[in-house]
Amino acid sequence: MDAESLLLSLELASGSGQGLSPDRRASLLTSLMLVKRDYRYDRVLFWGRILGLVADYYIAQGLSEDQLAPRKTLYSLNCMEWSLLPPATDEMMVQTSVVKGRFTGDPSHEYEHTELQKVNDGEKVFEEEVVVQIKEETRLVSIIDQIDKAVSVIPRGALFKTPFGPVHVNRTFEGLSLSQAKKLSSYFHFREPVELKNKTLLEKADLDPSLDFLDSLEHDIPKGSWSIQMERGNALVVLRSLLWPGLTFFHAPRTKNCGYIYVGTGEKNIDLPFML
Amino acid sequence: MGDPPPAPDPSAPQPSSRRSSQVSEQRSQERAQLPPAVPDGVQQMPLDAQVLRSSQEILESQANLQSWSQGASLSPYEQLAMFQAEEAQLGGMEYPSLNTGFPSEFLPQPYLDGGGIQVPGNASLMQQLQHGRGNVFQELESAYQEPRPDLLGQFSMYQREDLQFSASAQHGPYMRDDPALQFSPSELGFMSFSMQVPEPEPRELAVQNAKAYLLQTSVNCNLSLYEHLVNLLTKILNQRPEDPLSILESLNRTAQWEWFHPKLDTLRDDPEMQLTYEMAERQKALFVRGGSGEGEQDMEEEVTETAVPNIMETAFYFEQAGVGLSSDESFRIFVALKQLVEQQPIRTCRFWGKILGLSGSYLVAEVEFREGEEEVEEEEVEELTEGGEATEAHGEEEGEEDEEKVTDVIPKPTWKPPPVIPKEESRSGTNKFLYFVCNEPGRPWTRLPHVTPAQIVHARKIKKFFTGRLDAPVISYPPFPGNEANYLRAQIARISAATHISPLGFYQFGEEEGDEEEEGRAGRDTYEENADFEGIPVLELVDSLANWVHHRQHILPQGRCTWVNPLQKTEEEEELGEEEEKADEGVEEVEQEIGPPLLTPLSEDAEILHTSPWTTRLSCSLCPQYSVAVVRSNLWPGAYAYAIGKKFENIYIGWGHKYSPENFNPSLPGPIQHEYPSGPEIMEMSDPTVEEEQALKAAQEHALATAEEEEEEEDEDEDEDADD
Repeated sequence: MDAESLLLSLELASGSGQGLSPDRRASLLTSLMLVKRDYRYDRVLFWGRILGLVADYYIAQGLSEDQLAPRKTLYSLNCMEWSLLPPATDEMMVQTSVVKGRFTGDPSHEYEHTELQKVNDGEKVFEEEVVVQIKEETRLVSIIDQIDKAVSVIPRGALFKTPFGPVHVNRTFEGLSLSQAKKLSSYFHFREPVELKNKTLLEKADLDPSLDFLDSLEHDIPKGSWSIQMERGNALVVLRSLLWPGLTFFHAPRTKNCGYIYVGTGEKNIDLPFML
Repeated sequence: MGDPPPAPDPSAPQPSSRRSSQVSEQRSQERAQLPPAVPDGVQQMPLDAQVLRSSQEILESQANLQSWSQGASLSPYEQLAMFQAEEAQLGGMEYPSLNTGFPSEFLPQPYLDGGGIQVPGNASLMQQLQHGRGNVFQELESAYQEPRPDLLGQFSMYQREDLQFSASAQHGPYMRDDPALQFSPSELGFMSFSMQVPEPEPRELAVQNAKAYLLQTSVNCNLSLYEHLVNLLTKILNQRPEDPLSILESLNRTAQWEWFHPKLDTLRDDPEMQLTYEMAERQKALFVRGGSGEGEQDMEEEVTETAVPNIMETAFYFEQAGVGLSSDESFRIFVALKQLVEQQPIRTCRFWGKILGLSGSYLVAEVEFREGEEEVEEEEVEELTEGGEATEAHGEEEGEEDEEKVTDVIPKPTWKPPPVIPKEESRSGTNKFLYFVCNEPGRPWTRLPHVTPAQIVHARKIKKFFTGRLDAPVISYPPFPGNEANYLRAQIARISAATHISPLGFYQFGEEEGDEEEEGRAGRDTYEENADFEGIPVLELVDSLANWVHHRQHILPQGRCTWVNPLQKTEEEEELGEEEEKADEGVEEVEQEIGPPLLTPLSEDAEILHTSPWTTRLSCSLCPQYSVAVVRSNLWPGAYAYAIGKKFENIYIGWGHKYSPENFNPSLPGPIQHEYPSGPEIMEMSDPTVEEEQALKAAQEHALATAEEEEEEEDEDEDEDADD
């Protein structure tokens, strides 16, 4: 959610039950403004909160002019002092995929994972048990990246693509209409499109290249991994991801208010197919 | 780009040169340079150069013309128009007439003759002009074969909007913008078309013409370009967005869209918003003070205690912890609970929490009825079950009769369904409280049925999302005995039993200690509030988990809170089953299941994979003096409890599932049933094959044949004997 409209967005996203306490809210309002100044971001998003055993991580993201460019992620333990996280790489993802369980809340904590590795010792090749240390910070980076790639949402029309390439916020976005807001196809993934090129020519003919340049949610696998419902007496549409429980996207139809927040343990719901 | 203009008039060169020289004041110097009589071809070049030069000069002098475009390349006709424009400019006309670049239909043809070139007053020259015009244009055309993008491009944008003057033939030949152009009426006869009498204000007329063109609408839509542009510009001017040029296309699209989607209709409501308005009406009904309104009397009545708790206070404390719904939603829940209390005979009531679903969520209220109130529904349910048992008994008797009659009967299977564990009584154990749910405040509350142990046992084995509709079936393996309402109730029971906690000392056991033997085994199940509770300091609550206790009974693996031996039979069953089940009595002994007793501290809870099942926090680390102690369950994510001073409360907001570090493993289907063992009564043999049957038949026939032969032989023997 945008740091500019933090209070309203938190209010609208509160239907999922987890939000922020007043002192955190106050700290965020101040510190995000300072972050924007210091790092010269065009837009600062409050991404959410990852619940750990001992402490929680508060995550913010900074965007540049081009909304689809790689974002900078920052984390904080007290909503005041923010530290920049390194960008996510594929190796990190592979490395941290073996770590399971909750986050502890201590960024310097190291998970130990024993692996069998082949060690060449001269002519002999034997397997040794190697204990690999994985830092919690790395795991944090990779989880945030996975969640962004999998379930960050933006409504259709909120971004538009200019002919030169960069993607900008559409300042004339007036919100989705009520009938559009209830369909999953009006929402896009807020990341580089992956499946667009797989569309048939017939489908592509109906698309508006300045608005429809992202993947839509309706083809997500498994089908039904999004829960879409109206709250507040049909005045707010809320999308909740079932794959990463804790991600809530809200949008008030016919207004510009939209945004998403993740408050959860940072674990993927692998049991999803059994639960549907 | 179109047909070239008519062939030049060979007689023209001279006047044309003179004309061009006259038109350009700045070219006066060059006038002398032009040889007066030169054949066409030769003259073209100097004319070229002259014209080009002049145009450049004019352009340079036209500083007021702003260049917008970035230099489109021009067709010869456009440049032609430029040229005309320049000349018009010279005369100070603001509306240079053009006959420009627009497609070939608008070639420099009759219309041109009327406008465009202003010549300060020389009649004879004009005539020559007209004659020579075609000539000039052709020459100009050849002159401008190569477009000169930058300079001349400046004109094109500016003038393009006014281009269509010459367009519509339907408007007939009329004066393009500048009628006067200093034509005196007498010369008009030379024109090939009739001219209107020029109006007094040529500029006004030009404006009107332009506007008339813009106002035209096409067959396809009622909207004219003029109105659209007016809308768009008005919108921009009203809103004054930053950097409007970059969003021009979006604004254009929005303005077009708005034309066809008018915002407010005074007669009819917006059909899309129908549902929203309905919900709003329903919620409005909540806010109305119920019953007869008689002012002061109502005030007195309402100040007395109500069963509805102070939800706003609870919401405030939970907000400090970062949990809970927004404050206006909490207020709506409060009003909805008030409505519930008015409708049902409720003694105590509590907001239990919210369970999220796929297409709708549930708001759950935990209530206790007043004494004696809920017996009505219970009796109906019991009657149904008794009726069921009676029919079963009847079936068994019939079976016995049949058994006596028919001798060769399929042996009855020895499998008996496991005995049904009876559900707990109301107001005890898992059914201590009643639960009401609704989807949204304003919708009617629905009561959930009591939970049976079988449902709890099954609920432990499956993991399904709630859909939001109470009557939805729960499709799972093992099949859940019930629909979503039962599953919801079972999960609520599990969550309550596992996560309802209170500070140590808030509740204590009652002083009655009668029947201690019986109760000692099953554990005490009653508690009462401790009047002397002093409250535990918040810091201590956060530091040690031993300061919190469970005040709900733990659910045994059996599915109940108090253990029941499933093999103990009720009287009816004993009568029927004596004959058959004597053998089974006493074979199985079931061990009593024991769980942690009531009011055990949290420190005794089992760990999840080396992590504590609870997390404690201070709500605000910056002001510990006024903080609230918050406890969060790691086993049931979404369960929170807070305590401060003498107040505490529990709440659950979440999906309604337990957390497990391993993946969910669904139950495997049961083992394959064994085949019935072969014994003397039943022996399985394979059917004879066709060959075997035929062989048998052949053998039988053979045996029969031999038997007949033997008989015949015996008869013959006897006959023979008889003969002898």
